[in-house]
Amino acid sequence: MNELGIIEPEIFSFNETFPLESGKSLDGFELIYETYGKLSDKKDNAVLICHALSGNHHAAGLSNENDKRPGWWNELIGPGKAFDTEKYFMVSLNNLGGCHGSTGPSSINPSTNEKFGKEFPLVTVKDWVNSQNLLRSYLGIDRWLAVAGGSLGGMQALQWAIDYPDLVEKSIVIAAAPKLSAQNIAFNEVARQAIVNDPDFEKGTHHPKRGLGLARMLGHITYLSEEVMKEKFDRDLKKEKIEYGYDVEFEVESYLRYQADNFSDKFDAHTYLLMTKALDYFDPAKYFGGNLISSLEQTKSNFLIVSFSSDWRFSPKRSKEIVNSLVAAKKPVSYVNIESFQGHDGFLFPDSRYVNTIKTFLNSDV
Amino acid sequence: MYKIVKKWIPKNSHILDLGCGDGSMLLELKKELNINGLGVDISEKNIQLSLSKGLNVIEQDIDQGLSNFGDQSFDLVLMSQSIQALKRPDLALSEIIRIGKECIVSIPNFANFKCRLQLFLTGKMPVSSALPHSWYSTPNLHLCSLKDFESLCEGSNIKISEKKLIKASGENTFLSNFFPNLFAEIAIYKLEKKS
Repeated sequence: MNELGIIEPEIFSFNETFPLESGKSLDGFELIYETYGKLSDKKDNAVLICHALSGNHHAAGLSNENDKRPGWWNELIGPGKAFDTEKYFMVSLNNLGGCHGSTGPSSINPSTNEKFGKEFPLVTVKDWVNSQNLLRSYLGIDRWLAVAGGSLGGMQALQWAIDYPDLVEKSIVIAAAPKLSAQNIAFNEVARQAIVNDPDFEKGTHHPKRGLGLARMLGHITYLSEEVMKEKFDRDLKKEKIEYGYDVEFEVESYLRYQADNFSDKFDAHTYLLMTKALDYFDPAKYFGGNLISSLEQTKSNFLIVSFSSDWRFSPKRSKEIVNSLVAAKKPVSYVNIESFQGHDGFLFPDSRYVNTIKTFLNSDV
Repeated sequence: MYKIVKKWIPKNSHILDLGCGDGSMLLELKKELNINGLGVDISEKNIQLSLSKGLNVIEQDIDQGLSNFGDQSFDLVLMSQSIQALKRPDLALSEIIRIGKECIVSIPNFANFKCRLQLFLTGKMPVSSALPHSWYSTPNLHLCSLKDFESLCEGSNIKISEKKLIKASGENTFLSNFFPNLFAEIAIYKLEKKS
């Protein structure tokens, strides 16, 4: 049995106009969220978890009695774990534009009574942080002890520190980058093209399963290192010998097709498009003349930056850009590069050094 | 060592400790002088120990360069008995002088009489409390005498503004003050760029 047991998600409804960075706005929204642990009487132990590209609010525990797979960060959230639920009150939500219960492209547009689909406005990391701040206030939390996340989630943690410096004590930015490189954007664009060129997307059925599957396959390759792929699949064959055809022959093909199938049944294509765009647009230095150091000058939190040695999607070099800019801005920062062969996905696994680093950083008085 | 160093450091300084070890020096300075410190180390264990003291520490290999730190970006750069373990102490020295408005560097003295005697009498590389490693596994790639270090400073346009000589135990004796190159086991220097 899972240590946290079955977690019931809750809904936060915001019923006012919510302006977006793009200039558009939403007539209110709903956010689905889960919490783990207990908010202290002083309300000083709340930690916000921000999810990555295809993540959701269900970060830990089980959804129901028959649930076989716990939440996506279950290895790190729970009693005695990196984010110790005996000590901290963890909040995890599905971001605006998501497809797991928060308002997004697959929600019904009240003005048309149909799904928003591609009419749903593009939202950015800044918009997410603003919406998360409304959730914070709804939950009666004055200030986060920490905001933490990996990959796109780490970018939200960074944006939080910049946009709401008084509301964050510690920022944990894992396997992230200060902005995407041309290569990162290029991968996202191929993923988007796979989706929009699926004939089912054109028909507006909202379920371009093949395109979404392709996007996921591509994404998955960038999450893994060459070493971990070698270890998992090497050149192993599905059958005994090569058959000189186009069916699945190598184990790695079978794995990718399974990932594609599984993902595209559950995920919304417009949400995928929107999330990749939010990644591409992320650039907190944008409002500071492109100067990351200037953008960090107003932060007040203590930072922990974590990278993984074999991550090539957001390599250690990208994390060091954040570290060096924080040092230049004379801000408190710690940095560790975790030796790992898992690639970008390293942030999901409970490597002992990784776990201890987060635990120690969260626990220390700074 | 700490007792000497703290006399040279103004309160509330912004300090970079290169090779911060378990962070105990930074912690003492933080407690007593309210300094704003940043440690740099390469050992997983030392980084974890520093973090557990509530210190900020960055994982970085000093041998790979320090170009990520800006010119004169710290009030003080500390390097405590690490310089002899680097691949190029001369390059590191010019970098720390660039980064810090002032620098404090300590080195083990290889020309200490015990080292001289060991080499002279036994014909073997010296092993002592200040230099506890065998030649084949020592991290100390570039041991030097105080005279060697001082002439490197001279040649690198670096001014030695303070100097203190101690034994490995931390005590400061008559002999080590009067015949430093022979009797001091550890030397602590305060350095700055010659104007």
